[in-house]
Amino acid sequence: MSAVIDDHGPAQDHAHGPAKGLMRWVLTTNHKDIGTLYLWFSFCMFLLGGSFAMVIRAELFQPGLQIVAPAFFNQMTTMHGLIMVFGAVMPAFVGLANWMIPLMIGAPDMALPRMNNFSFWLLPAAFALLISTLFMAGGGPNFGWTFYAPLSTTYAPESVTYFIFAIHLMGISSIMGAINVIATILNLRAPGMTLMKMPLFVWTWLITAFLLIAVMPVLAGVVTMMLMDIHFGTSFFSAAGGGDPVLFQHVFWFFGHPEVYIMILPAFGAISAIIPTFSRKPLFGYTSMVYATASIAFLSFIVWAHHMFVVGIPLVGELFFMYATLLIAVPTGVKVFNWVSTMWQGSLTFETPMLFAVAFVILFTIGGFSGLMLAIAPADFQYHDTYFVVAHFHYVLVPGAIFGIFASTYYWLPKWTGHMYDETLGKLHFWLSFVGMNLTFFPMHFVGLAGMPRRVPDYNLQFADFNMVSSIGGFMFGTTQLLFLFIVIKCIRGGPKAPAKPWDGAEGLEWSVPSPAPYHTFTTPPEIK
Amino acid sequence: MANSTAVKRLVLRLLLMVVVMFAFGFALVPIYDVMCKAFGINGKTAGQYEGEQVVDPTRQVRVQFLSTNAIDMVWEFYPKGDQLVVNPGAVNEMVFVVSNPTDHPMTAQAVPSISPAEAAQYFHKTECFCFTQQVLQPGQSLEMPMRFIVDRDMPKDVKHLTLAYTLFDITARHPPVAANAGKDETRLAR
Repeated sequence: MSAVIDDHGPAQDHAHGPAKGLMRWVLTTNHKDIGTLYLWFSFCMFLLGGSFAMVIRAELFQPGLQIVAPAFFNQMTTMHGLIMVFGAVMPAFVGLANWMIPLMIGAPDMALPRMNNFSFWLLPAAFALLISTLFMAGGGPNFGWTFYAPLSTTYAPESVTYFIFAIHLMGISSIMGAINVIATILNLRAPGMTLMKMPLFVWTWLITAFLLIAVMPVLAGVVTMMLMDIHFGTSFFSAAGGGDPVLFQHVFWFFGHPEVYIMILPAFGAISAIIPTFSRKPLFGYTSMVYATASIAFLSFIVWAHHMFVVGIPLVGELFFMYATLLIAVPTGVKVFNWVSTMWQGSLTFETPMLFAVAFVILFTIGGFSGLMLAIAPADFQYHDTYFVVAHFHYVLVPGAIFGIFASTYYWLPKWTGHMYDETLGKLHFWLSFVGMNLTFFPMHFVGLAGMPRRVPDYNLQFADFNMVSSIGGFMFGTTQLLFLFIVIKCIRGGPKAPAKPWDGAEGLEWSVPSPAPYHTFTTPPEIK
Repeated sequence: MANSTAVKRLVLRLLLMVVVMFAFGFALVPIYDVMCKAFGINGKTAGQYEGEQVVDPTRQVRVQFLSTNAIDMVWEFYPKGDQLVVNPGAVNEMVFVVSNPTDHPMTAQAVPSISPAEAAQYFHKTECFCFTQQVLQPGQSLEMPMRFIVDRDMPKDVKHLTLAYTLFDITARHPPVAANAGKDETRLAR
């Protein structure tokens, strides 16, 4: 964990490129290599978590139990959530941070390159541990990704201990990644790059990193308490010994609510880079964007109990958490209006990154609105634990976080690979994803409002048609992601040569280096005007 | 290039933040208990009540009694009556019956909860089996009195409250060797 900074002069710099062979990837301390590793790891997890979702949608294709046993279905819903949250979305953003933050602030590398290597390589270990539980006697985690006690303590499968250690490893990895991001942003900015000149992606990541440092230790704490309850006879969450299962929910959601912003804020930053580029206008309201992001981060700490309106918190508590939650709509609205104002009267073109970015703004807003519906405490009593909740958080996570990652990938792929991706296939990927995603998740609003509970393998006949539509959409969305894999591989292997700045409206230091970005960049800090 | 002492200092501060937040996670446990007590939320009742109150003959409150066995608990456990209509300030009694139908001695702990939760701080127990643990020999049964006072200051809109007990088998954690109603005061005062 020493603060080693590559200190070679520019003359030496062209002499060494990446090492050869497999050990390059194991031993690398280069931010671009580590970024690439994170992104590939995240994509593997995305496909794995996605295949679990395919199992879920296949089982829900028709009412009745057809394909998997209910016990296995529970493991699929749990693992789908855990892998998508901790394995796909979070590492993808860390990968983007690794690749882009040094390029955006004119730094030669991350501030702590060796720690960077360690924080990546913890992840394969953590997920190997987690996934191995599926093959153990008694099965893997089956208590939902929120692992409420006592389901995850008293009634948990034996493998829960592996799950706990996997969470510990992921937490350590995230915390180290966050420390690295903060150290890089606060110490390695090129001279003249003041905080308020930083690209918004850097700003949102700085704030996200502070959120990570604040809440990942709390997650580590809550799984440690579970560990002690299970193995060391404590009673944090066991009423028999004087504990309280509701306490689990409070501690978990104290982590869990900021966590949902951890998964969306970096996407906000990327979208704030992409929309101005393809509107050929500077971002509208840069300063308000920064303050809005900081306000969202602050509010995320005081709204956690809106996940637990039905546990029986007092009326004053319900009101406080309801109003605080509704308040989040204000800074989020500022952001949405700023994006729309950026596009207003711009010279818009709709290349693939822009398509994903525009879809992000529209669909994320739909997810935001269903979030407002859920925030209203008396209405939440009706919606709680139904498919309406599933529809809501998939609308903020799929067209939010995932589309944000797709948009970023297409946007920076020419910089990473030196080739332009296939625009036709990119647009096809967008439209199939867009239709598939809406087909999957929009009907869930209806079945949820009609009362279909989440996390069940079977359902009442009245929900049959909508579920079949959801499943068809799900298969479509899932299969489409193989097209994305093909597009990325095709772009790495060849394609039209990308210039240093492939998008004519783009701003930022990352476009001042050639494409593909050389192995070492900004060994002498650039001039910031 | 930034100097490495600045990076080191920053990293140390961030690590300190991590340690503080980890500790904060655990601090939430006592904070939660204190908040629940202070605001009388979550339906948790306080320990033994020592005070006395003057009876308010003008007001009546209906108190219902529920008994539930936690999973895997095989004892019989029930109150002798479903409900009582009481005057605030008066001392009332309800007898609960437990019996151990198994062929081995067992230890149990009853955990109370009051609904609506805001009434919990106005429900005073002067005597309760839930203050201690119960040890029953094979086949033994026991009648356990529970005496309580509903506070005169309880909000007027509460006309009806429910006291629910859940009985947990804690034989594994507290083997019934200490015989007879182990007075384990160190655990909890309910």
